[in-house]
Amino acid sequence: MATNNKTVLDSRVPSGSLEEKWENHKFSMNLVNPNNKRKFDVIVVGTGLAGASAAASLGELGYKVKAFTFHDSPRRAHSIAAQGGINAAKNYKNDGDSVYRLFYDTIKGGDYRSREANVHRLAEVSTNIIDQATAQGVPFAREYGGLLDNRSFGGAQVSRTFYARGQTGQQLLLGAYSAMMRQVAAGNVELHTRAELLDVVTKDGQACGIVTRDLLSGEVIAHSAHAVVLATGGYGNVYFLSTNAMMSNVTAAWRAHRRGAFFANPCYTQIHPTCIPASDDFQSKLTLMSESLRNDGRIWVPEAFDDSRPANEIPENERDYYLETRYPAFGNLVPRDVASRNAKNVVDQGHGVGPLKNGVYLDFSAAVGRDGHDAISAKYGNLFDMYESITGENPYEVPMRIYPAIHYTMGGVWVDYNLMTTIPGLYAIGEANFSDHGANRLGASALMQGLADGYFVLPYTIGDGLADQLGEPAVSTDDPVFTNAVNAIEDETAKWLSINGTRSVDYFHRELGRLVWNHIGMSRNKEGLEKAVSEIGALKEEFYNDVRVLGSADTLNLSLEKAGRVSDFFELAELMAHDALKREESCGGHFREEHQTPEGEAQRDDDNFAHVAAWEWNGKEDLQTRHVEKLDFENVTPTQRSYK
Amino acid sequence: MSEVITVNLKIWRQESPEKSGYFEEYTQKITTEASFLEMIDLLNEDLNSQGLEPVAIESDCREGICGTCGVMINGQAHGPRKATTTCQLHMREFSDGDEIVIEPFRAISFPVIRDLVVDRSPFDQIIESGGYISVNTGAASDANLTPVPKEAADQAFDAAACIGCGACVAACPNSAAQLFTSAKLAHMASLPQGQPERWKRTEMMVGTMEEFFGSCTNHGECHEACPKEINLDFIAFMNRDYMKAKVKNRALSGQR
Ligand SMILES: Cc1cc2nc3c(=O)[nH]c(=O)nc-3n(C[C@H](O)[C@H](O)[C@H](O)COP(=O)(O)OP(=O)(O)OC[C@H]3O[C@@H](n4cnc5c(N)ncnc54)[C@H](O)[C@@H]3O)c2cc1C
Ligand code: SF4
Ligand code: FES
Repeated sequence: MATNNKTVLDSRVPSGSLEEKWENHKFSMNLVNPNNKRKFDVIVVGTGLAGASAAASLGELGYKVKAFTFHDSPRRAHSIAAQGGINAAKNYKNDGDSVYRLFYDTIKGGDYRSREANVHRLAEVSTNIIDQATAQGVPFAREYGGLLDNRSFGGAQVSRTFYARGQTGQQLLLGAYSAMMRQVAAGNVELHTRAELLDVVTKDGQACGIVTRDLLSGEVIAHSAHAVVLATGGYGNVYFLSTNAMMSNVTAAWRAHRRGAFFANPCYTQIHPTCIPASDDFQSKLTLMSESLRNDGRIWVPEAFDDSRPANEIPENERDYYLETRYPAFGNLVPRDVASRNAKNVVDQGHGVGPLKNGVYLDFSAAVGRDGHDAISAKYGNLFDMYESITGENPYEVPMRIYPAIHYTMGGVWVDYNLMTTIPGLYAIGEANFSDHGANRLGASALMQGLADGYFVLPYTIGDGLADQLGEPAVSTDDPVFTNAVNAIEDETAKWLSINGTRSVDYFHRELGRLVWNHIGMSRNKEGLEKAVSEIGALKEEFYNDVRVLGSADTLNLSLEKAGRVSDFFELAELMAHDALKREESCGGHFREEHQTPEGEAQRDDDNFAHVAAWEWNGKEDLQTRHVEKLDFENVTPTQRSYK
Repeated sequence: MSEVITVNLKIWRQESPEKSGYFEEYTQKITTEASFLEMIDLLNEDLNSQGLEPVAIESDCREGICGTCGVMINGQAHGPRKATTTCQLHMREFSDGDEIVIEPFRAISFPVIRDLVVDRSPFDQIIESGGYISVNTGAASDANLTPVPKEAADQAFDAAACIGCGACVAACPNSAAQLFTSAKLAHMASLPQGQPERWKRTEMMVGTMEEFFGSCTNHGECHEACPKEINLDFIAFMNRDYMKAKVKNRALSGQR
C-alpha cells in the first residue's frame, strides 16, 4: 500500500486556547439565517442516537430534513442496546470532576491518539446533553432527594456516569426518537424507514445526495440534498460474532469511502472483556455482561491444561487467579484491553473452561460468602438472570464463564473539526466517524459522543458549509450522476441474484469473521496480518463466485440485503489488516505483539505514530493510499500506562 | 446439560402482503443450548442449501431490547416463557418431538409483509401524534433544577421500558394497542416535564390509537404476553387522563 506521509489532511481546528476554540469557532462560522434554512435540504442517514438527535435538532432549526433508516422504526437502532450509562462533566457529586478532567481522561483513555480540540468540545457539551435528555423526559436514575444519581464507570476516579437502570441507551434513544417524531409531525423531517443507503452521490466533488433501496419493494431511489449526514453506526460486525446488533454494518460508511471519503484508523477496534462465550458453531451473536461484575467477581482458570472437572471440584491451590497475581494493584479491575488480552492468553495456552474450552471463570462465591446472597442479588440480580436464561447455569452456584468479544469500533470515516468528511457536504457523526476516542474508548462515552455530535455540534457546523450554497437548488435527481448511480445499484442487486453458487451469505460472513478475529483481533502480529490479507482476499473471491442468494429483488429479501453488506465487510477487513500492519506500535485496542514493554503492556511509538491514518480509495483493483493527520498535544503530555 | 432434540415445525409462509399464506412443515435437529432464532438460522441455512427460499423473520439486538423480533409460538406471542422476547427464548424450553407452530403477529393493523415479518408502523404514528415533550435542543435548563421524586422517576422508567414489539396487540383478542399507548403516556405523565402537554398528548395519542387499533375489553392478555411486563394499571391511568382531558377546561388546565 502506498503511504503518503505528507500531511494532506486539514483538521481545521480553530485557533485559540483549548477552552476558547469552540466558542470562537461558533462565533466565526458562517450562519444561515432562520428564513433561509428551509431552502436547504439535508439528508440524515441513520436514526440511532447520533442520527435521531441530529435530525430532530436540524428540523427544529428549520432545515428540510429527510431521515433514513433500514430498520422498520427509528427506535430499533443499535443504540437501544447500550446498558451502562452516559458520561457528563456535571460534577454533581462534588468529587472534583470538571470539563478538563473529562477531557483529560478521554485523551488518556484513548492512548493519546485523538484530537485534543474535538475531545475538549465533547467534554464541554457533555453537560448540555444531560439537561436536554432530562427535559425530554428521559427517566435517569435518581436519589431519594429527587436529584440525579451518578455512578463511576470504566475505572474513572470520579462518578460522572448518568444511567437509567441497565437501559440507558434505550431511554436516551427513545428521547431522541420522540424529539425527531415531533419534527416529523411538524413536517420538518420526512422519515423513510426500511430504506437502505447503497450509494453516496457527488457532483463536482461535492456530496449531492444518496441512493437507497426500498427493502420492501426493492425499488432503487435517488434522493438529492445540499448536505448528507451519515450516522450509520460502527463496523464491529466485520467480526461476525460481536455484541453489536445483527444488522449493524459498514455499508453506508464504506460506500462513502469508495466515493472519496477517507476512512481513518480502521484497525482501532475495542474488545469487551466480559461477554458470554459462544456455545456452538452456529452462535449468532454474543451478549455483553456488564463490566461492573468485575467489581465483585474473581477471574480464574484451572492451572492444569485441558482440565475438565467442574469448577467446584477444582481445589483453591489448583486455580490461577491470573489477573490478581499479575496486576496486584488493579487485580480484576484492570482496563478492558488488559483483561481481554490476558483471557485470550490463558485460553490459548489451553486453560479455557466450559464445553468448548473457550472461556474463563468469573466467580462470585467469595462475594456471596462475604456479602450474602441477597446483597449480591440486589447488585447483579438482572445480570445473573440474563446469564441464566442464556446459558441455563445459575451463577450463584457455578462460576460464570466469560470471554472477550468485539464491542465497539473507534475507527471510521475521517472528519474534520466540523465533522465534515473529505467529501465537501458529506458529514459523519456518532460511531460512524473516527473522531473522539483515539485508540480506545472509555465506558459510557459513546452515548455521550453520539448525542454531542447530533444535538450540539453538527447543527452548528453544518450551517458553515451550507451558507455558501444559498440560492442554489439541490442537484436534480434526473442528473446523470444520480441515474448512473441508480443503474449501478440495480446491476449490483441483479448480480447477487445471478451468482447462484452453493453457500449462503451467512456462511461467508462467519468465515470472514473467524479470519478477522484470529488475525486482527485482540492481539496482532506481522505474520498473522499478512496471512489475513491473503486469506481474506481468497475468501472474497470465493464469495463473489460461490454465494447463493435466492429469491427476487422486488420483495423483502433478507439474504439479498446481507450480500451487499458482507461484500463491504470483505473490503473493510482487508483495509483493517493493512492499517494494522502499517501501525508498527501498540496503542489502545491495537496491540502488536512486536511492540510491547517487558511487562507485556502496549508500547506506543509517539515519535512515529502520533498520527491518524486515513485511507483513500483508489478503485477496486488498486491499493489504498495512507494519509496522515499529525496529532499535536499542546495541553497534555503523553505517558505510558501502567496497572501493576 | 445440553442435548440434541428434534422439533417439528409448522411455519407460516406468505410471499407477499397480497398473496395468501399457508403452513409449511419442517423438522429440525437442534441442541438445547441454541436460542430459538439460532434454530431458525439453521433451518434457513439448510433451506438455502437445498435451493429453497429461507423463512423471512426479523431480529436485530437478540438481547430483548430493540423490539424487532416477535412471532407467535404455539399461539403465544413471544412463546411460552414469561417476560421473554422471541430472541431470548432458548430451545431448552422444548422437548424432543415437540411440534412448534410459528406464525406472524396477527392484527389487522399489522399486515404481514412476508412470512413472519409484519408492519408495525402504526406504533410510530401513535408516537408522532404526541409521544414527546416539546423542548427544542438547547432550550433545557440545568437537569437538577427540577427534582423528581424517586418514586415518580421509577414509575416513569417502568412505563418507558416498553420495547414497542407489538406482542400486546398480537395477544389481544381485539388487537387493541392500549398497553403500548398507555405505557408511553404514563412514562411522560409521571414526570414534571410531561405535565404541560399532558392533556393534549393524551387526547392525540388515544385518537391515533383508535384510528388503527381495536378497543380494549379488559382481557389482560396484553400484560401476559408483554416481555417487559408493562403494568395493566397504566391503561386505567390512561383512561382516567383521557376522561379528564375531554372535560377539562383547557384554558384553566394549568391550575389542576
Ligand atoms: C451491547 C452494547 C452496550 C453498549 N453500552 C454502552 C454504554 O453503556 N455506554 C456507551 O456510551 N456506549 C455503549 N455502547 C456503544 C454505543 O451504544 C454505540 O456506540 C452507539 O449507540 C452508536 O450510536 P450511533 O447513533 O452512532 O449508531 P447506531 O445506534 O448503531 O445507529 C445506526 C443507524 O444507522 C442506520 N443505518 C446503518 N446503515 C444504514 C444504511 N446503509 N442505510 C440506512 N440506514 C442505515 C440504522 O438503521 C440505525 O438507525 C454499547 C454498545 C453495545 C454493543
Ligand atoms: S407494551 Fe409490552 S408487549 Fe406491548 S409493545 Fe410494549 S413491550 Fe411490547
Ligand atoms: S431482536 Fe431485539 S428484542 Fe428480540
